[in-house]
Amino acid sequence: MTASQTGPQTDTQIGPRTAIAKIWDRHRVLTQDGSDLLYIDRHYLHEGSHHAFARLRETGRELRHPELTFGVADHYAPSSPLRATETTATMIDRLKRNASDFGIDSFGIGDPRRGIVHVAMPEQGLTLPGVTVVCGDSHTATHGAFGAFAFGIGASEVAHVMATQTLWQKPVPVMRIRVTGRLPAGTTSKDLALAIIWKIGTGGATGHAVEYDGEAIAALSMEERMTLCNMTIEMGARSGFVPPDETTFDWLKGRPMAPAGAEWDAAVAEWRELTADPGAVYDREVDLDAAEVAPMVTWGTSPEQVAPVDGAIPADANGDSLGYMGLEAGAPITGITVDRAFIGSCTNGRLSDLKAAAAVLAGRSLAVPLLVSPGSDDVARQAEELGIADIFRAAGAEWGASGCSLCVGMNGDLVASGERCASTSNRNFRGRQGPGARTHLMSPQMVAAAAVTGRISDARALLAEETKA
Amino acid sequence: MKPIKTLAGPAAALPFANVDTDQIIPARFMSRSRADGYGDQCFHDMRFDQDGAARAGFPLNALPEGPTVLVADDNFGCGSSREAAVYALLDYGVSAVIAPSFADIFRSNSGKNGLLTIALPPATVQALLAKLAEAPGTPAQVDLPAQRVTIGNEAFDFEIDPRLKHRLENGLDDLSATLQDADQIEAFEASYFGARPWIRPRKAG
Repeated sequence: MTASQTGPQTDTQIGPRTAIAKIWDRHRVLTQDGSDLLYIDRHYLHEGSHHAFARLRETGRELRHPELTFGVADHYAPSSPLRATETTATMIDRLKRNASDFGIDSFGIGDPRRGIVHVAMPEQGLTLPGVTVVCGDSHTATHGAFGAFAFGIGASEVAHVMATQTLWQKPVPVMRIRVTGRLPAGTTSKDLALAIIWKIGTGGATGHAVEYDGEAIAALSMEERMTLCNMTIEMGARSGFVPPDETTFDWLKGRPMAPAGAEWDAAVAEWRELTADPGAVYDREVDLDAAEVAPMVTWGTSPEQVAPVDGAIPADANGDSLGYMGLEAGAPITGITVDRAFIGSCTNGRLSDLKAAAAVLAGRSLAVPLLVSPGSDDVARQAEELGIADIFRAAGAEWGASGCSLCVGMNGDLVASGERCASTSNRNFRGRQGPGARTHLMSPQMVAAAAVTGRISDARALLAEETKA
Repeated sequence: MKPIKTLAGPAAALPFANVDTDQIIPARFMSRSRADGYGDQCFHDMRFDQDGAARAGFPLNALPEGPTVLVADDNFGCGSSREAAVYALLDYGVSAVIAPSFADIFRSNSGKNGLLTIALPPATVQALLAKLAEAPGTPAQVDLPAQRVTIGNEAFDFEIDPRLKHRLENGLDDLSATLQDADQIEAFEASYFGARPWIRPRKAG
């Protein structure tokens, strides 16, 4: 082993840096054999963290910083008490006991702060620009929407962070995705994410930290930025990142655990520097015109098997995927019949997502069952207050409790084998929503359109009817 | 973790790209404790039909048990960060996976648990997939110190991060090593939080 060197490099030693490099340098504790020991500012836990807690107990180690560690029950939280099982209860209880034994603030069932980890933690003001965030969940990339460096880790690394508040990382290559123009009406950041994956593939950003840039990105709301960064993992990237700006600061200010008073001012001053320096060199660059983005729908078993709603399944589509999905090469996307629909998940379970779907559902009724699971109890509360929950109920939807629900197939919510589900979630993998389940990923308004027509339909057409009437 | 120097056993092909961790271990199995073993669940829904019978068309079912060396196509281990995918492969008998590329988190999880991830050029992997489709179970050896994998009569050199290689060869646990640097972590914290007290979350309420 070579000798260690300590401390971050100073700005004068190096040239123009990417935003990720700036955060990285600030968190470097030491370097050894080409790997950096990075300091971790936020560690989020959920029920799946039981392996790491077990490891800590076996070795008699302590949790170094309980005050930087937060838990939440989401993966196993049933969206209906009717679908609760012995396993869901055991897993939620195990998290509660582990959190209590190690002195961690954990948002359990009944806590008004509870929700999906990637929805609830930002709501509390825990995710901030410039911080390092890790969680034993690949969609931790979501938090990059705030200008954080955030990535998913496995159980061994969770245990490592618990005991040391640090992680070993090889310096990460950085990829810039610049999106010019503006997203057309009726398209969302979900469509943008799927359009990027369509262009570069699910392995297109493997191993890279992605920095988003461009006027289309700056124009996105915080919720839309979260959706985009969330889906960045589906390009194979380690993380997504949007430079923090006034949109970010306005959203964070006054959140329960965000800095306040003079500390807020000091923090914002530092956050304003978290953009890439002019002339920063990227390992890879991709450019995209937002104006070309259309509502996107997946037809296969990988997020890269995707097409615009007015397009068709490619003639050379993978036969195994088509066989699983029960579809034919060359068939148009519009008109594929669906058996059910789902709105929720860490990708599209926020208030703006529910509003967008409700705009399609208002005054219409469902053709197929629709399950809605708000991203957090706070989202659910706001949706009730604004009358959005009533729009869903009036259309005939099931208004469930918040949690990972039908995105992950481990909490009692399942799509039956052979059934086709229009879903706002993030993965159309085989069996993701249940053994044999067929998933079509799309935006909330597109799911709402599928739910009221019983087939994949262009939500823009339904919304246009509305305007005419 | 047991030190790894050499590995030997049958090799087999899983000729698919983007094998995600939901395929390696479906989410519904993950509440199990590590000690109870995950081998029977590895590739569960690909290996078995809904009645629990082995699927004839699944390539790995041609072998009596899991291969020591598994060869697969691009972007192996993508999707969920579940480390249980690595437990499942190890418990099924897999000690090394060869592919043109691996998903980031999967690769990291593998290193922590002593599962070798060996990246070889796409053309080499395609040739291996074709060869193993003809002859599943071809004997394979991995020599970690020499960074060489041999399948049948062909040998290939591979790259590995020196820090990871050192840990694997010596069976070292990352965490114990890092704890020896506790003084440096403490020194870092003093200056880091001193300059940025606002990094610590405000107490709610």
